[in-house]
Amino acid sequence: MTILQIDFFYFLEKLLLIGGVITFSLVIAMYTTYAERKVAAVLQDRLGPNRAGPFGLLQPLADGLKLFFKEEIIPLTSNKLLFVIGPALAMITAMLTSAVIPWGSTVNMFGRNVSLQIADVNIGILYVFGVVSLGVYGIMIGGWSSNNKFSLIAAVRGASQIISYELAMGLSLIALLMMTGSLSLKTIVEQQMSGGWGGFLGWNVLYQPLGFLIFLICVFAECNRTPFDLPEAENELNFGYHQEYSSMKLGFYLFAEYINMFISSAIVSTLFFGGYDIPFVNETTLAHTLGGNVVALLGVAALLAKIVFFLFFFMWVRWTIPRFRYDQLMDLGWKKLIPLALANMLITAIVILWLNK
Amino acid sequence: MSILEILFWFLTALALFGALMVVFSKNPVHSVLWLISVFFSISGHYILLNAQFLAIVNMIVYAGAIMVLFLFVIMLMNMNTESEPQKSKWLRIAASLSGGSLMLVLVAALKDTSGKVTGVFKVEGNIGLIKNLGQVLFTDYVLPFEISSVLFLSAMVGAVLLGKKETNSIIS
Repeated sequence: MTILQIDFFYFLEKLLLIGGVITFSLVIAMYTTYAERKVAAVLQDRLGPNRAGPFGLLQPLADGLKLFFKEEIIPLTSNKLLFVIGPALAMITAMLTSAVIPWGSTVNMFGRNVSLQIADVNIGILYVFGVVSLGVYGIMIGGWSSNNKFSLIAAVRGASQIISYELAMGLSLIALLMMTGSLSLKTIVEQQMSGGWGGFLGWNVLYQPLGFLIFLICVFAECNRTPFDLPEAENELNFGYHQEYSSMKLGFYLFAEYINMFISSAIVSTLFFGGYDIPFVNETTLAHTLGGNVVALLGVAALLAKIVFFLFFFMWVRWTIPRFRYDQLMDLGWKKLIPLALANMLITAIVILWLNK
Repeated sequence: MSILEILFWFLTALALFGALMVVFSKNPVHSVLWLISVFFSISGHYILLNAQFLAIVNMIVYAGAIMVLFLFVIMLMNMNTESEPQKSKWLRIAASLSGGSLMLVLVAALKDTSGKVTGVFKVEGNIGLIKNLGQVLFTDYVLPFEISSVLFLSAMVGAVLLGKKETNSIIS
């Protein structure tokens, strides 16, 4: 069926995939808030939320309802339109990155090979950087349009932190790109899958441990997570760029942080930990015995397991390490991580030249 | 109309509307935000021309970095329409004169081009892809490329030098 030279089945397939990925990210992010409280409770020897539903499993729903029913206050002197656009932008930029992440290999459905990736663009990583650099606008617009000095200062603080750590993040990835020779996330995953021990020896983290460390630190800073959560240091500075927000608009800002965490975990797993690769298992031989679809779903489960581990790591760090001071944060970003990333790049280049000689 | 043409005209309308709004917005912050929308539609045009690398770099560098600095400056200066000084009459006359002569030059330059443009919707070229672009930059244009990078380096050093505190010259 082609009208207007569009393959409508393809269109429908992508539409369903986009809907599925967005719903999935939202549900995961919802339960990350629950998991964060539970992990915090375990680390601090408490019980955590246990009233709403069995084991407190309905707590995220209760929180969401609470936020919806709260009074919505838009300050009189604020810029009304931008005040509403701010949290929307934060949510949109948080969701956009999921378009290039390969969630799994292909599934055969109704005689069609459906790729479990929304768009396999040949500039996948650069797309991720583009969206990350746009993430600043949600913070800046929200902080400025509130017409409050503290919000504005917090927004500047947050924006300069994100811009500073983008540099080290990009430099740490250049070394990885020299090895893979491709910017497409799908190609990077497939290269890792072809390594020894069922793909495990192909994982990039084994060849780029320093690059991985720098990237992980930068991800913490980009997501505004402790130890770098200075834009919202509520008990030392003030609440931050969303100080004037209330009701679900505040909820959007807080929720966008959890979606960012989920997506960043997915990107770290994809780039350094083999993506949907099942370690110690050769996928092609397994596909002969179990069938391609089952193996593809197992791959999705493997990716999810890696993501859940990194989400746990985010929480673990949050409840273990205290917050940095702002000058320490800038010092770490500009004077330590960037030279380290440059050195890593140089060493990688030399090793590649030496091996190819 | 093919899907490519529809996308082209949509992006063109978006870019022109955004560019007009940059000029006509009273609030400088709104102007910057409209300018970002212009960059987005230009990036869309690059993608239609199969230059994905250019499209995304346009977004990272212009929308993601330069416009953020613009926003920084404008937000911190807290510009209002009341505090803005009125332009003098002579300045307005000079502005309309120079704008009118620019329009004349543009009309003179563009009046013969109608027959010369052929393949607007040409997408077969893949010079904009990162691999080809890198090869061209590092073989044919390697000297200008390196010289421009030295220029950037000197600008960077200059900025650091300006931003550094002068500790002894003020005291002595």
